[in-house]
Amino acid sequence: MTDLAIIGAGPAGLAAAIEAASLGLSVTVIDEQPAPGGQIFRNVERASSDPALAGEYGSDGAALVRRFRAAIQAGGIDYRASTTLWHLDTVGGVLSLRGESGTGSLVAQRVLLATGAQERPVPIPGWTLPNVLTAGAAQILLKQAGAVPRGRTVLAGQGPLLWLLADQLAKAGATPALLLETTPRGALRQALPAGLAGAGFWRGRAMLAKGATLMAASRRAGMRVISHVTGLRAEGEGRLQRITWDGGGSTEADTLLLHEGVIPSTHVSRALGLPHQWDETQLCWRPEVDAWGATPNPLLAVAGDGAGIGGWQAATATGALAALDAACRLGRLPEHARDSRAVPHRHLLRRMLALRPFLDRLYAPAPGVLAPADDDTIVCRCEEVTAGQVRAAAALGATGPNQAKAYLRTGMGPCQGRMCGTTVAAVIAQARGIPIAEAGALRPRAPFKPITVGELADLPAG
Amino acid sequence: MFAQRPDPRPATVEVFVGDAALRVPEGSTAAAAVMLAGLPAIRETPVNGSPRLPYCMMGICFDCLAEIDGVANRQACMVTVRPGMRIAPQHGARAARMSA
Repeated sequence: MTDLAIIGAGPAGLAAAIEAASLGLSVTVIDEQPAPGGQIFRNVERASSDPALAGEYGSDGAALVRRFRAAIQAGGIDYRASTTLWHLDTVGGVLSLRGESGTGSLVAQRVLLATGAQERPVPIPGWTLPNVLTAGAAQILLKQAGAVPRGRTVLAGQGPLLWLLADQLAKAGATPALLLETTPRGALRQALPAGLAGAGFWRGRAMLAKGATLMAASRRAGMRVISHVTGLRAEGEGRLQRITWDGGGSTEADTLLLHEGVIPSTHVSRALGLPHQWDETQLCWRPEVDAWGATPNPLLAVAGDGAGIGGWQAATATGALAALDAACRLGRLPEHARDSRAVPHRHLLRRMLALRPFLDRLYAPAPGVLAPADDDTIVCRCEEVTAGQVRAAAALGATGPNQAKAYLRTGMGPCQGRMCGTTVAAVIAQARGIPIAEAGALRPRAPFKPITVGELADLPAG
Repeated sequence: MFAQRPDPRPATVEVFVGDAALRVPEGSTAAAAVMLAGLPAIRETPVNGSPRLPYCMMGICFDCLAEIDGVANRQACMVTVRPGMRIAPQHGARAARMSA
């Protein structure tokens, strides 16, 4: 029995664990990775001195993980690395886990989902070709293995991560040849009011300055930038060979790194039946939570990017807030103490979210990213189902991704719809002339990750 | 195709990707080893037999499914390398194994 089970050891999970343990709660942190940090600070204990990763990763990321390690030393935290949550009984608070030593279960009084974000799928023609990866994938290879793409690398899409990656690759001696930026003409002008409102630019000035520095550095390192690109296609026989775009654009490439921002990883929160809302600004599903991250389910809270994209600093704030609320609900912290301790975290959260409305509008994915126009484009990578097939299913009466799954197997492959769910909903919504919110979100089922029959059989009876 | 930068992190763990032995840094995943080995594909899809390599590297896309130490359909990006690990490509859909 643990007071608080935290799923995910990224910034939100780590901050929550540190806060909860300091309040005397027994905490269990479950994480699929072998070391703490989440995707953003992945492998930071080994890689923080890599000059290509200097900056937030090497300094703030390493510091956060050190604080977590110190909190483990101080007692009260059971950190289970390389462990996957594959089922959660929300009535009894029973977590089914698979770790390196097999399957087992854990009972928790409260569960905090800190499962973070995933990159938004970028379904362009040819995106399944070998050597087409996400920008995040290349960054993970750099953090984890010190590896960089060899040959001619092209980045395509938009968002702050592309510029950060370009700078990191340049510092690692592998400057990308080209960035094909998909931000449409006029997007900046349309986004400006959102930055001016509430003094977003002023309060987010440090973030803006960092962005400008990254952009200047990658250009200085020799990366060419082509703006307002539409109609991206990856082409080649059995592997990526060239990239083309509207207006006759074409370039040879050995590696293509795609990125159109990140979206909350809602696989587990949806599987648990929590209510979700379609966020019209961030264009993604997010679980309904209150100001403490609490969901309508009395057992469950969600913190960090999994509850809406805010970045790693905002995630540490929402993680700490959820921990304070957990302590209060478990009777270890009076309400007034919870509220007063929350003040600095709320202050940090407001500051970190100040620039978000501007960024969300500036880097909003084009309609063709959400629902690819070309019928031959693969939407579901697992079952190799195209946008045309999804449109045909919509014409036959499929009202949303849960029905399309029965028609086409979209969501029945090994990824369980993690990649295609949002795209299938957007394609159906477009075909039927309804809002994406009405098409709905896929409802995944446990096991959240595949387990073997042997692992299932190894579970203790009872 | 990815290449290693030997200076920041030495490649100390020997693994096998297909039949080729290579060394990768401690803490790398099997999927990173696949990218560093320069394999043209880690699997062919069950539906159309099209070649795939890792795409997301963070456990989302399942395109890096591989046979690791004899166990098929493992997410190579979620498996940390160990000395002597054998990472083998998967080909298409699995057939039933008939024992004589």
